Amino acid sequence: MKVQIDSTLCQGHNRCLDLAPDLFEDDELGYAHIVGDGEVPPGMERAAELAESNCPEMAITLSP
Amino acid sequence: MGDTRLPENWERDFDLYDPRYLEDPFTIWDDMRRSGCPAAHTDRWGGAVLPSRREDIERVARDPQTFTSRAVEATGRVPAPGNELKIPPITSDPPEHDDERRLLLPLFTKPRIRELEGVTRETAERLADGLVGREVVDVADEFARHIPVKVIATMLGVPEEDSSRFDSWVVKFLKIGPRDQAVRVEAIKEITAYFHELLADRRAHEAPGMLNYLLDKSEGGTKLTDDQLVGMCFLLLVAGIDTTWSTIGSSLWHLATHPEDRARLVAEPELLDTAIEEFLRAYAPITIARTATEPVELGGCPMSTGDRVLLPWAAANRDPESFERADEVLIDREENRHLAFGLGIHRCIGSNLARMEIRVALRAWLDRFPDFALDPDHTVTWTGGNVRGPESLHLRLDASEAVA
Repeated sequence: MKVQIDSTLCQGHNRCLDLAPDLFEDDELGYAHIVGDGEVPPGMERAAELAESNCPEMAITLSP
Repeated sequence: MGDTRLPENWERDFDLYDPRYLEDPFTIWDDMRRSGCPAAHTDRWGGAVLPSRREDIERVARDPQTFTSRAVEATGRVPAPGNELKIPPITSDPPEHDDERRLLLPLFTKPRIRELEGVTRETAERLADGLVGREVVDVADEFARHIPVKVIATMLGVPEEDSSRFDSWVVKFLKIGPRDQAVRVEAIKEITAYFHELLADRRAHEAPGMLNYLLDKSEGGTKLTDDQLVGMCFLLLVAGIDTTWSTIGSSLWHLATHPEDRARLVAEPELLDTAIEEFLRAYAPITIARTATEPVELGGCPMSTGDRVLLPWAAANRDPESFERADEVLIDREENRHLAFGLGIHRCIGSNLARMEIRVALRAWLDRFPDFALDPDHTVTWTGGNVRGPESLHLRLDASEAVA
């Protein structure tokens, strides 16, 4: 599973940081970015799904 | 179809301060969505359109061109362009908005908010400790309201010796002002004058708080006027205080009236963050406003240039198109794409701060008072306009359960 953020949509709600702290990191303005290449380690799929479904801007996408 | 429970003539003449709407806007929004008229209109309180569907609310928030943020108050005559109370960046549109917001964003990141957790916890625990042994307390006035006042005063760098003046202005502007124009105007003058004084002092002396940071950044890069800087301080006061105390209050009201949820949170403290997101969804306090810059139609309601449209975020959050069991408060709801902090370029910059304060406040409260209920000798009344929360919230504390 891979996770991506569309940075043009991120408004810094930080839900993803709360729900999947190992998959995302924030910059000095509070916008979120994926850690590494966005490959979701085994066991973190549920966290990735929650990050995707809780982003008010729908900025996060998951792919298999 | 069927009986409408809407107040009489709601679609054309709604009253934002209708007692039924103050007490239970949720049923009214449900009825609006189900009726043929999901957006209501009024000439009362300066006039406005009130949408109830998430799609209409989102559409407005995403279109700053058609719906300007130059005036965000829910009531009062829409001021003529140029006459508004300027509290950037909430009252700004692109392009000015973008640089102003970028200046403030670094102050509200998670690492910065963690630095404020200590003073938040100290305040919440001290207040809660002071109530142990009491039978009945007004948790809105004796607990909730003091926490964000202290936190925002700390952020702004209001010196300790000014804190009770600051507190009285907050009460004047946020509690009395919305219903008394004269008090509101006086409070604006006093608060603005104070912030100008504080700014002048900070130019001469460095001190804790965000003003020196803003002054450095402003002189280095984006040149901000004193009025813009004072406006930003004012914004923190307006946006960061009664919003947060309202959400703490609403959350405690929910727990007081839903013993099974209260018991569950006490038994499963790890559920607190999820529960807080659900309280934010269900009781989102803010109704912000925008002004139409051209004639436009929203939810079947025609609007003229200069008309106000209200954005009740809690209505978007209760839309059954968006949420399963939308009208039920489920403290373990995991999929919760709510809009309590808005959407788009004006997303509440204080959202990390608000969440931290609510978490700390509820934790401090529940640790000491796992068992409480509404005091039957008092009625809960709710504030309206831009911010909804319990005006007072008398709880009967079970003394046998309280731990010091």
